[in-house]
Amino acid sequence: MAGVKQSLSVDLEGIRFASPVVAASGCAGTGRELAGLADLRRRGGLVTRTLTFKPSRGWPGPRVAETASGIVTGIGLQNAGVRTFVAEDLPRLARTGIPLVASVGGASLQGYIRAASILRGERGIAGLEVYLSGPDEENEGLPFYSRIDRMAEVVGAVSRLSTVPVFAKLPALLPDLVPAARGCIRAGAHGLTLIDAVPGMVVDVRRLRPRLGAVVGGLSGPAIRPIALAAVYRVAQALPQVPVMGVGGISTAEDAVEFLLAGAWAVQVGTALMVNPSAPTEIAQGIAQYLHAKGLASPEDLRQQMRLTGERHARGASAS
Amino acid sequence: MRRLRAEILNSRKFGAFQSITLVAPEIADRARPGQFVSVAMPEDRRFILRRHFSIHQASRRGGWAGTLEFVFDPHGPGAEWLAEVKPHHFLDVIGPLGRAFAYPRAPSNCLLVSEGYGASSLFFLAQELRARGKRVDMVLGASEESHLFKPIEAKRLSQTIIIVTADGSVGARGSVMDVVPRAAQGAGTEVIYAAGPRPMLRTVAEFCMEQRIPAQVAVEEEMACGTGLCFTCVVPVIRKDGSGYDNLRACTEGPVFNPARVFWDRWTSEETRAIPTPPEGFPSVVSSWPG
Repeated sequence: MAGVKQSLSVDLEGIRFASPVVAASGCAGTGRELAGLADLRRRGGLVTRTLTFKPSRGWPGPRVAETASGIVTGIGLQNAGVRTFVAEDLPRLARTGIPLVASVGGASLQGYIRAASILRGERGIAGLEVYLSGPDEENEGLPFYSRIDRMAEVVGAVSRLSTVPVFAKLPALLPDLVPAARGCIRAGAHGLTLIDAVPGMVVDVRRLRPRLGAVVGGLSGPAIRPIALAAVYRVAQALPQVPVMGVGGISTAEDAVEFLLAGAWAVQVGTALMVNPSAPTEIAQGIAQYLHAKGLASPEDLRQQMRLTGERHARGASAS
Repeated sequence: MRRLRAEILNSRKFGAFQSITLVAPEIADRARPGQFVSVAMPEDRRFILRRHFSIHQASRRGGWAGTLEFVFDPHGPGAEWLAEVKPHHFLDVIGPLGRAFAYPRAPSNCLLVSEGYGASSLFFLAQELRARGKRVDMVLGASEESHLFKPIEAKRLSQTIIIVTADGSVGARGSVMDVVPRAAQGAGTEVIYAAGPRPMLRTVAEFCMEQRIPAQVAVEEEMACGTGLCFTCVVPVIRKDGSGYDNLRACTEGPVFNPARVFWDRWTSEETRAIPTPPEGFPSVVSSWPG
């Protein structure tokens, strides 16, 4: 299939990423940190740190513990608040020209509404991602994701306010992941980000103490990749028309292609950025090589093209 | 900062430490004392994060020009692997990272206080201070002799040196704070630099604040990325106007801090609960050098 005109760009409900590899929330920086190490313009897009209405100081340290093929972190959404972000970081990030997705968080419905209101109509913001793993002050401090109706309430409120596409970020280990995904879409979300970090903890047995100030943090990195992949697959099977960004332990092009084959429309890279600042660029190049080798024109040609056992591959990967 | 594949020129053991010298001219040219480098781990291992090491030596002239030395404790995942890597292999290195020590403008008498591995960056600092005509004195502490950092070289770099070990195996028995007041008085110390573990930094910081001696401390925080992306390595630092504190990244806003502004009660507390609002009444900052 030589001569196929190839493009890496993907369109998720109007957000046009130049490559399907996007820097994930909390690992993407503000355009200053990686000066001289990586060119942000060469990423498909970027999701900001989760922004809250009020500044948040986050958890006391220690905030990271390394585990087998992963890290457990408990940061506590440290950020200077959405207003400071808009005033100080957004202009610099917007100059990169890549689509910016702002992650919004809160401890109450009002918190989400306030944060989303400030971002509303802000030039340079191409989309919103709703962080749902934080404690809900109005529900005994349980995570927002613990009730589908609560998630839908928050996602719905943000979606109604927003002038750009809204993605709900879900954790993998919900007993009813697909109903939760469907609930967010019905409430108004345009797409989904799967998955958020998996709850995890590490104990220092010598000192009889938790290794994190937060006690329980979030596990990320290659250790959670199969969990994320299964979540993407299940949701993509049930809701094939819904754009899904796959995230969880992706560090190579092969990892990314796995997610695209399982049904993701794009992928996000988080923990890998801490190790390799140019990971998104290298992964995008690897995807291009894979597409070329398969004679495919676009990452969209990979979507849900995984051949299932026992199924005739009428929609085989070379059918473009 | 730069990222490059740097060849290992030399890897050797001294005492309880391992020292690696790299060929990294782009980093060595820019490196200043207090800054650090990050080294990637191999891809096929269960440990994934880069390791961060303060720069012990960056040579810009002579036969070693363009080389960079860092020293580490060769225990634990990652460090054990690194200690086994042979010369002429290449490492993925990023640096120089972080904010360096500031030098006093006037000719000053500088006391450099360290414990164990913390001495690593202070040797580099001692050289740079001497090159600027400052007097350098040292207090070198360790748990025991094998963890004492290059005492002979320390003698060469400083006017006077006091060695102290917790078990008394060499030098005085005790902790560095047992000898710092005496050292400072004897040397007419005007500026103190310190590097080492948190409790030791706190005692030195309290002495400096009491005596109103301007000081800088380099912290040893666990870092995930080293570049400022992840916010894992934060230190609580009191705002200049005393209105509260902010968690600042040791990798980006540090690792060198003004100890008068570190919120020590918060930082050395083992309390794992978050303190949501700043407690009342921060001490006013006694000396804001260097800011």
